[in-house]
Amino acid sequence: MEITLLIAAAIKIGVFLGVTLTLVSVCVIFERRFSAIIQDRVGPNRTMIPLSILGFKKDLALPIGGLTQPMADGLKFILKEDFTPSYVRKAFFWLAPCMTMVPALITMAVVPFGSPIEFGDLVIPMAVADLNVGPLFIFAIASLSVYGITLAGWSSNSKYPFFGGVRSCAQMISYEIALGLSIIPVLMMFGTLNLGHIVEYQANNGWLLLPFWGEGLTAERWWMLIPLVISFFIFTTSIFAETNRTPFDLPECETELVGGYHTEYSSMKFALFFLGEYAAMIIGSALIVTLFLGGWSIGFGIDGLLPTGVWWVSLLHIGCFLTKVTVFILFFILVRWTVPRFRYDQLMNLGWIVFFEAALINVFIAALILAVPHVGYLAFGVCLTILLLITGVLFAIAKSAIHTPKEGSI
Amino acid sequence: MATIKVKRPKLSVGEKVYFGSIFKGMIVTLRHAFKSIAGRSRGADELNSSGLGITMQYPEQKWDDELPEYYRGTPALVTDELDRERCVSCQLCEFICPPKAIKITPGEIPSNDEWAKVEKRPQEFDIDMIRCIYCGMCEEVCPEQAIYLRPDYIVTGTSRKEMVHGKHRLYEIGGKRIGLVNKWNELK
Repeated sequence: MEITLLIAAAIKIGVFLGVTLTLVSVCVIFERRFSAIIQDRVGPNRTMIPLSILGFKKDLALPIGGLTQPMADGLKFILKEDFTPSYVRKAFFWLAPCMTMVPALITMAVVPFGSPIEFGDLVIPMAVADLNVGPLFIFAIASLSVYGITLAGWSSNSKYPFFGGVRSCAQMISYEIALGLSIIPVLMMFGTLNLGHIVEYQANNGWLLLPFWGEGLTAERWWMLIPLVISFFIFTTSIFAETNRTPFDLPECETELVGGYHTEYSSMKFALFFLGEYAAMIIGSALIVTLFLGGWSIGFGIDGLLPTGVWWVSLLHIGCFLTKVTVFILFFILVRWTVPRFRYDQLMNLGWIVFFEAALINVFIAALILAVPHVGYLAFGVCLTILLLITGVLFAIAKSAIHTPKEGSI
Repeated sequence: MATIKVKRPKLSVGEKVYFGSIFKGMIVTLRHAFKSIAGRSRGADELNSSGLGITMQYPEQKWDDELPEYYRGTPALVTDELDRERCVSCQLCEFICPPKAIKITPGEIPSNDEWAKVEKRPQEFDIDMIRCIYCGMCEEVCPEQAIYLRPDYIVTGTSRKEMVHGKHRLYEIGGKRIGLVNKWNELK
């Protein structure tokens, strides 16, 4: 029995890691094609399989619109010269790319890809590790990747990478707070930190942002939408900042910092940064989908009609989950090619003054709404008044704290 | 010059919240995306687009009809209306060529030849198209109007050797040109 679990775990690790890495390369091609069509261009659409270097007459052109491009990209990264400048701190220089990529891939372990499969009398959850501290585990491990970027910046022993590293460090630490605080209302509603249970609840009782079936039709859930939508906004934006994506890609903005923290990196070491970044983006979308948009559930009560624990249902759910994640990745890409980059002080203002306060107040709003049935309307009114007062004070403080350039100072 | 004080624009609450503008921006980019998939991007027709964005996809589509008359492509040798090689191996183009792309081996014309009066013609005439910068100085310097920059621009090869245009290839590109230099034929 334990052997079965072990084998299942090994298969899951292999498959989910493979899926994630494939998704990374799919992400890259999506990014390039999508950005191209947004800018009225074509993008890479004619990569061939170079059979001619193997001695065949012609190269093989598959009619899949450049989907072979990621293969060519990867091959290029592997075959390129791996150049290490002489002035770098070798040990850390080598450690940094791993420190960025490994945490991003490890966090994939707790994400439930599909509904559990029943295998004999065993129930195998479709997550590598069905932990009871899912989101906390993800935050804990994902925040490690800041070490990779900071180490890369420092060990490169060159000024622009150093700036990039410092910026990234400050940015990730700032947004981690908003990230953590913003999902507290979600966790308060679910009362569990197990991502598998969270998704199952959403499958039966309505996605968090679309409560249209099951318990989702109660008035409480609809009232909860107010803090949850705020949570969703803050969480999504913080994920953008955490993954160093535009509009928050200050650690690597080309116009100021050449390439940012990976300026001195080449070949596969650079590719690992690249991989880590995209893997973090996939994890980010997976987390958003899992928490707010029902994870693997098909939704609208369809999950309840399907038999549980059958392999094809699980596969269907995995497909559904991956579709949702892909759609969210497309959203990431769309945002990247729409929104211009923030200035650094705007970024810090947004993180510390706007999102931190908003997330904090949001926790109390959620608590109040959840408390109504237990404390009655009088206490609710009193608490609401106090909360509004505190919000007003906080708003005034925040407004005075945001530095606005004076008339004529620039 | 007087100092001009520029007033910062006052932002309304909606503009300060910023989400609305982002949303509007996304609609703009999405509209571009859909239009470019449908091949209806602005300017797609005028730019002879391939149906994706406004881009013309090169090897399949070419812009040859729109090439201007003065387009300077590959340099090539020409023959005159009587199929005589115009080049007399004076080597002026070889000397003027800034990247030293031209290499001429002069040769005598045998005395029993129809054009023995011309005395010389190139035995070998090589233009290294890897070196050529399409400046047109050879055309400008040629006293015999024997070398022209043709509108051909597709010069490809898989080795350095293939990229060197020999005499035969140069005449093939250049072809016949009926022109001004009449000093070697009966017209003069």
